[in-house]
Amino acid sequence: MQTSAARTTTFTVLAALALAVSACAPGGTAATPATEAATQNSWFDQQKYDLENSQRTATFTGDPAKPYLQYLPGPMVEAGAFKASGPAKVCFSNAALSNTWRQTGWITMNEQLKELQKQGIISELETRNAQDSDNTQVADIDYFVNEKSCDAFIIAPNSPQATAPAVERACSTGKPVIIFDRGAGTNCGTTFIHSVGGMAWGMDSASFIKDNVEPGGHVVVLRTAAGVDVFEQRWAAAQHIFNEAGLKYTDYITGADPTKIKSIVTDEIAKGNVDAVWVDLGDQAVPAIEAFEDAGKDIPVVTGEDNLAYLRAWKAKGFKGFASVYDAYQWRTALLAAAQLFQGQAIPKDWVLPQIPVTAKELDTVLATNQGMPDTHYAASGGEDLPGFPQVWQQRVIP
Amino acid sequence: MTTIRYTTNRLPFPTRAIRSLSTPGGAIYLLLLALLVILAFYNPGLSEPGQLSRFIGRSAPIAIVAIGQYFVIAAGEFDLSMGAVISAQVVLAGNLIGQDPAQILPVIVLMIVVGIAVGVVNGLLTTLLRVPSFITTLGTTLILSGFTFYLTGGAPSGNPADAFRAIGRGGIQNVPVIGFVPYSVLVLIALAGAAVWLMRRPFGRMLMGVGDNQSTIALLGAAPWWIRTRAFILSSIAATIAAILMVGYAGVSPVVGQGYEFIAITAVVLGGVALGGGRGAILSAVAGAYVLETLVAILNFAGVESTWRPAVQGAIIVLALGLPLLWTKRKAFKILLRRKASTAKTPNPTAPQSITEKP
Repeated sequence: MQTSAARTTTFTVLAALALAVSACAPGGTAATPATEAATQNSWFDQQKYDLENSQRTATFTGDPAKPYLQYLPGPMVEAGAFKASGPAKVCFSNAALSNTWRQTGWITMNEQLKELQKQGIISELETRNAQDSDNTQVADIDYFVNEKSCDAFIIAPNSPQATAPAVERACSTGKPVIIFDRGAGTNCGTTFIHSVGGMAWGMDSASFIKDNVEPGGHVVVLRTAAGVDVFEQRWAAAQHIFNEAGLKYTDYITGADPTKIKSIVTDEIAKGNVDAVWVDLGDQAVPAIEAFEDAGKDIPVVTGEDNLAYLRAWKAKGFKGFASVYDAYQWRTALLAAAQLFQGQAIPKDWVLPQIPVTAKELDTVLATNQGMPDTHYAASGGEDLPGFPQVWQQRVIP
Repeated sequence: MTTIRYTTNRLPFPTRAIRSLSTPGGAIYLLLLALLVILAFYNPGLSEPGQLSRFIGRSAPIAIVAIGQYFVIAAGEFDLSMGAVISAQVVLAGNLIGQDPAQILPVIVLMIVVGIAVGVVNGLLTTLLRVPSFITTLGTTLILSGFTFYLTGGAPSGNPADAFRAIGRGGIQNVPVIGFVPYSVLVLIALAGAAVWLMRRPFGRMLMGVGDNQSTIALLGAAPWWIRTRAFILSSIAATIAAILMVGYAGVSPVVGQGYEFIAITAVVLGGVALGGGRGAILSAVAGAYVLETLVAILNFAGVESTWRPAVQGAIIVLALGLPLLWTKRKAFKILLRRKASTAKTPNPTAPQSITEKP
């Protein structure tokens, strides 16, 4: 029995150890102070930051009522070689449909497709979904290349570097290659369509926090995943702004798991002084808001995205909110770019779409436009002028 | 001369309780207490009314999953499908209930039926077809994840009606002293009570027996396959109930429940339950779950950097599991060291030569 008695002692020692380890681990002193060391985020790229910072407030060419066709002035691609004599076939290699943003964009794209089919510009859209896998996407692109019946390729890359060789094989067919959303890690594509960018996304919402929280205030940062470029760029830009503004922050990696988020925020509330919550994905904001409600505390500044769940919670609970936007309508632009090439119209080589956040001023208008939409819908779906609006998006049947 | 025989007379309960503290199953309570003290040190607000009960409430799903896993592990098996069952049930609830409160009851019944079905499949494949439960439950995990993926495309769907979510989110207000009692705490108490009762029933005794020595139970005339299958059914039902609470607590997402099977196994092992089955107390498994959750909360309060957390958490768990083992084996180590020392000083020609001692 002596050994088991000793086990008890060991357990007690362990508990003390647990305290020691948790106290000594990096970051063991409450929130990260805004020191020089804290700015060293390897994802931060000053050049990209400055570029996106200027683009997010720039004036775009084209009709503001059709933001999905607006662009920044720059080099254009001549379409002469791509002009089609009849309806042409487009092949689409999609990274995934595994988040609500992609699903919303995909619905918009399909509604746009119906219009282009009616106009006799596009005959069909053959799609392969890579389900978040680089390997699958490479195989998908090669499948299309070997099929030899595609008149144009649309590629939404899963990760820029991994798919680059396959994208180059698509380019070597001589057909137009339209890249959108995440970059392709190669310049061979005919055009690259994207919203201003992840850093601009982070700048928008972080600046709102900077303007509404006193220096020295404390921000709880909810990050979806480490090492994913989309999220890292949003965070790198926001972190830069928090550091410059002298705001303290504590960051958590949540995997967008609502249970984890709520527990984390509840603990932060118990610690006291949460002046703002910054998220890198709209889905994360609602569980955070609920944590304040359940604790019976006033909801501080909580930023989000243009998903309806967040916009509705913002309106209903009346806290200081701000929705960064990464346009879901770029899915539609990709298809329109192919159509323009088939019709012989020039398109921008680097097609930057405007990225306009939703502020308290626009909130009511945006909610009115999107009445009856499911919580998973994104306001910047860009389908308002398509015939199926709003029923198709309301029913939200993923094609 | 007296012969020691098995006797039904047991020592008085307090003596047994104190002595049990020196076993892993009892020491876990001391560890939990110590961690709670540390948590209170970081978060003095823990003693405020409602705070502790909310903490118990939000960790209830993990404790319930640990109860389910306990049944399976006690029977000498694993259930790796618990996390996938939770995700599938969460998504089912989100998709089928929607904003219609009339759907709540039928959907809960459906969820329980799905839970039972998964348990039956796991159990029968493991017992009758003799596929190791490791593989069986991994298979059902894949099937369920595929089903979840088919339903959602991998994206979260909208949250179900608030009346349904109240089970996991609401509670009884203004309770004297405690303040706020979440319903999930009541669910946990009821389930833990039922589980303790079940383990004292013939079924529970047989379950332990099957985990310890299946042949004896078979020779007694009981059916080990049916006892084991029931353990799997209980585990899937536990996962289903956890899913209902988790939808209520925070909302629908296909990532809810991911990794819970391993948290549950860790909790059960921390609670001193033998991985091979046949030994261990169910409430110790519950305490093990709370040890893990308290640890997470401590890391939240201590403000450990996000990128370091999994490592710190893992290190503490490994220490908690490994150090006691080192301690119990220390005699063997001592003997080994002594032997090494003595052979180094005066090589004994009769002793078998080990490779390291070659010139």
